[in-house]
Amino acid sequence: MKRKLVVIGAGMASGRMLEQLFELDPDAYEVTLFNGEPRGNYNRLMLSPVLSGEKTYEDIVTHGDDWYAAHGVDCRFGEPVVRIDREKRVVHSNRSSAEYDALVIATGSAPFIIPVVGKELPGVVTYRDLEDTNAMIEAGVAGKDAVVIGGGLLGLEAAAGMAARGASVTVIHLMGHLMERQLDPAAGYLLQRDLEKRGITVHCKGATKAIIGHGHAEAVLLEDGTVYPADLVCMAVGIRPETRIAVDAHLEVERGITVDDALRTSDPHIFALGECVEHRQQLFGLVAPLYDQAKVLARTLLGQEAGFQPVQTATKLKVTGCDLFSAGDFAEGEGREDIVFRDPGRGIYKRLVLENDRIIGVVMYGDTNDGSWFYGLMKDQTDISEMRDTLIFGPAFQGGAQPDPMAAVAALPPEAEICGCNGVCKGTIVQAVQNGATTLEAVRATTKASGSCGTCTGLVQQVMAFTLGGALVEAPSGMCKCTDHTHEDVRRLIRSMGLKSIPAVMQELGWKSVGGCHSCRPALNYYLLAEYPLEYSDDRQSRFVNERNHANIQKDGTYSVVPRMWGGVTTPAELRAIADAAEKYDVPMVKVTGGQRIDLLGVRKEDLPHMWADLNAAGLVSGHAYSKGLRTVKTCVGNEFCRFGTQDSTGLGIRLEKLLWGSWTPHKVKLGVSGCPRNCAEATCKDVGVICVDSGYNISVAGAAGMELKETEHLASTPSEDEAVEIITAFVQLYREHAKYLDRPYKWVAKVGLDWVKERVVDDLDNRRALVERFEISQSVYRRDPWAEHSTPAETPRWAPLADLTLEAAE
Amino acid sequence: MTSFVDIASLDDIPRQGARVVRTSAGCIAVFRTMDDRVFALEDRCPHKGGPLSEGIVHGDRVTCPLHNWAFDMNSGQAQGADKGHVRTYPIRVENGRVLISAELIARRAA
Ligand code: SRM
Ligand SMILES: Cc1cc2nc3c(=O)[nH]c(=O)nc-3n(C[C@H](O)[C@H](O)[C@H](O)COP(=O)(O)OP(=O)(O)OC[C@H]3O[C@@H](n4cnc5c(N)ncnc54)[C@H](O)[C@@H]3O)c2cc1C
Ligand code: SF4
Ligand code: FES
Repeated sequence: MKRKLVVIGAGMASGRMLEQLFELDPDAYEVTLFNGEPRGNYNRLMLSPVLSGEKTYEDIVTHGDDWYAAHGVDCRFGEPVVRIDREKRVVHSNRSSAEYDALVIATGSAPFIIPVVGKELPGVVTYRDLEDTNAMIEAGVAGKDAVVIGGGLLGLEAAAGMAARGASVTVIHLMGHLMERQLDPAAGYLLQRDLEKRGITVHCKGATKAIIGHGHAEAVLLEDGTVYPADLVCMAVGIRPETRIAVDAHLEVERGITVDDALRTSDPHIFALGECVEHRQQLFGLVAPLYDQAKVLARTLLGQEAGFQPVQTATKLKVTGCDLFSAGDFAEGEGREDIVFRDPGRGIYKRLVLENDRIIGVVMYGDTNDGSWFYGLMKDQTDISEMRDTLIFGPAFQGGAQPDPMAAVAALPPEAEICGCNGVCKGTIVQAVQNGATTLEAVRATTKASGSCGTCTGLVQQVMAFTLGGALVEAPSGMCKCTDHTHEDVRRLIRSMGLKSIPAVMQELGWKSVGGCHSCRPALNYYLLAEYPLEYSDDRQSRFVNERNHANIQKDGTYSVVPRMWGGVTTPAELRAIADAAEKYDVPMVKVTGGQRIDLLGVRKEDLPHMWADLNAAGLVSGHAYSKGLRTVKTCVGNEFCRFGTQDSTGLGIRLEKLLWGSWTPHKVKLGVSGCPRNCAEATCKDVGVICVDSGYNISVAGAAGMELKETEHLASTPSEDEAVEIITAFVQLYREHAKYLDRPYKWVAKVGLDWVKERVVDDLDNRRALVERFEISQSVYRRDPWAEHSTPAETPRWAPLADLTLEAAE
Repeated sequence: MTSFVDIASLDDIPRQGARVVRTSAGCIAVFRTMDDRVFALEDRCPHKGGPLSEGIVHGDRVTCPLHNWAFDMNSGQAQGADKGHVRTYPIRVENGRVLISAELIARRAA
């Protein structure tokens, strides 16, 4: 007599298991199949092509009515099982019940719903079954606004599908880059770029706060205040095993239903497979291992010996035009090595992670043809030491395509500016070379490119080499070991290629390392925030400690705190607040600095936000004594008090400091304003100095009194204070836009020449105004007190230790 | 076998950053990498005692904030020309929680 097998869930895993079972022994079992969905087994993976319109539901049915009939399966579709009676061995739905000798639970998983206001509004769907898919098709067909929460595999397939149908789609992703579990930042960047090319908006680092709407979803609100309109919201933030009936039946359940190698649960009559199980602490979310489980379970049910052995699986994204492949473990680690290949021109990124001469991880974007070959080598643990040098080029390589060091330059449009000093663009250089200028000297003579400050020489040579089809004559040394491009070239390429994130720069300019180093990351962060003040968001983790913590670190790990004293002027109330803070936080030293203000030295990190809050309360803000930014504006007493004073030097100093504070610059910037040529504010050894005279203001720049001592050089004279302020602002902005990171103004001016600077900030009035305008745009973001931002109730705890185990030991 | 104690949520530590844990054996820097791995190192640079927790994290390396010595966080070994070693401690992440070696609670100051 046939034994009775009941299966709960007609999904991918149980479907494959039944096929195997009937194949091995068609007569062993009489099968009853319950399914929550009102239909039998279809290929869930193919919902994405159904969504995008490439397939229909009928195309993806794997087991039709006749298949079930042919195998005598008693189908109870649309009948979710609500209870398992283990004692009597009966399962119940709300409509019927069935006895079993063996029971298989294959309930898959349930989408995770983030607990935000509005999550239950109509118009909010998940992405798991045909009903969800149809809801999204509807949204696309009607050309509505759709928001997908979650930038993982499922979310992106949902987004691409709806976009293909005509919806205008935004993806909100909590992490810094898309698919962060399968991709590293470089591949995540390329993926984002490709999605954006097809009109999908991507918002990374976005935390959903609420779904807004009256009776139906209308918009999604993020923590940062951004609002995206949404007629449909798809939540695709993850899944968790569907274990409810197993829990109710008191089977052993951890995160999933616990099974052994034979896929038996804690009850010997009950088995489980698919996404609902947990096997050796592991959960499953892709079908490949589930198919292995299906094979094993079919054998187990027939009393044969079989054991499930999970293997690593590879991920691909089923979005046409986004070619990615990822498998294994691609974390860096001791004894692990990376092989990185970037082809910026063709948008290709490949990375292999090796350990003991074996591949343990693969990430590829743009060209994934060799994915399965690498995957095979990885699964078989093949020793690759013999082919290590050419491995990354794949099986076809024997002297094939090498990475192209000139790809970035080759990809530049002809109108991209190469030489900033003389305004020469790529097309002009290419033409000059084609007309016979084949040496650098000749190019300089005919186009003036690289003829002034010379910092673009490397780029000019690359354009020449690329035009001539030859190799570089002499490569200038790169900004660090991660790249061969110089600082200046990187700045120019960020601008001309429109690169807006650190991963974008690293990919498009062919960085040789995976994530940069302590030397290039702060520089890139600066270049990006200076170029795109409104779009780029500062990367705190790419900053040196002082700028990250808004205080100067001391040799013993404590910090110094320097409040701003505008133009060196203070009040009794401010002094009292500083004195109170010094006492309250046991500050070991209070010192007057060389910059006309007061330094509180030796403050503990966890006290910083508290001290800032106290100082803020008295109206004091950060003095940025730690920043590559505006430091101090030293002033003298001027005509208000001094018998020699010609103008209000104190007032001008304060005005300049209030205008310039908070701005980030390539290196620090200090100003001095003296009321007469006696120069008590030492203005002539500052980055910018103003000497007031009877007829007005003498502005000089590019001084220094640090490691080098240098007197300022005269930039301009003007009778008007307003014009003086305008010229100084324009100078600072020009410096911000052009100097190499960590060059003080005097070094930069020495490279570009004072005349070049004068032309732009003094003579050319339109250009001066444009510079001032760009400075103001940047200041609309950065003229803010960082102390106030970091001493909020939410931020303050982050400055204290994570845990104090000394206390626990004492308890 | 090492036993572990739960000290915090992984999200309390910024990616490519660190937080400090105070123990009777001194301060321990708990790092989180871009790809969510964690490392626990003594928070004292062997050069001149700099707080490594304030360094720039790149890959599985950290660069000391005071004079730029770089360390491999897996082994605690100084990289490049610099010679030195920082003590490392067992640490791991489970279900989004950070667990650190329980010996750090028990131990008295040496
Ligand atoms: C606090 C102060 C000394 C004092 O007690 O007076 C000071 C302290 C430091 N200076 Fe300075 N400088 C201070 C005024 C100066 C001055 C005088 C001035 O500004 O009029 C100079 C010369 C003028 C100049 O900059 O050209 C000066 C030239 C430097 C230099 C050399 C810069 C150069 O381009 O050559 C450095 C090194 C650097 O920045 O790379 C430096 C770096 C430093 C650092 C930040 C070292 C560091 O990176 O940790 C010191 C922090 C000490 C600490 O633990 O807090 N400090 N430093 C002064 C703070 C002024 C303020 O209110 O913000
Ligand atoms: C849109 C989409 C695209 C995907 N793309 C890929 C891909 O490209 N590659 C890949 O490897 N994987 C992909 N997956 C994942 C893959 O589909 C799953 O891993 C696989 O379907 C899991 O199989 P399963 O049998 O465990 O669960 P499911 O296929 O989900 O089947 C479970 C069934 O059980 C039913 N059920 C639940 N509770 C009960 C109950 N109490 N009573 C009765 N029935 C119940 C459910 O209604 C469901 O029909 C994708 C998933 C989705 C949603
Ligand atoms: S001169 Fe400046 S950098 Fe040197 S010890 Fe004094 S404060 Fe420090
Ligand atoms: S103290 Fe760390 S490098 Fe000097």
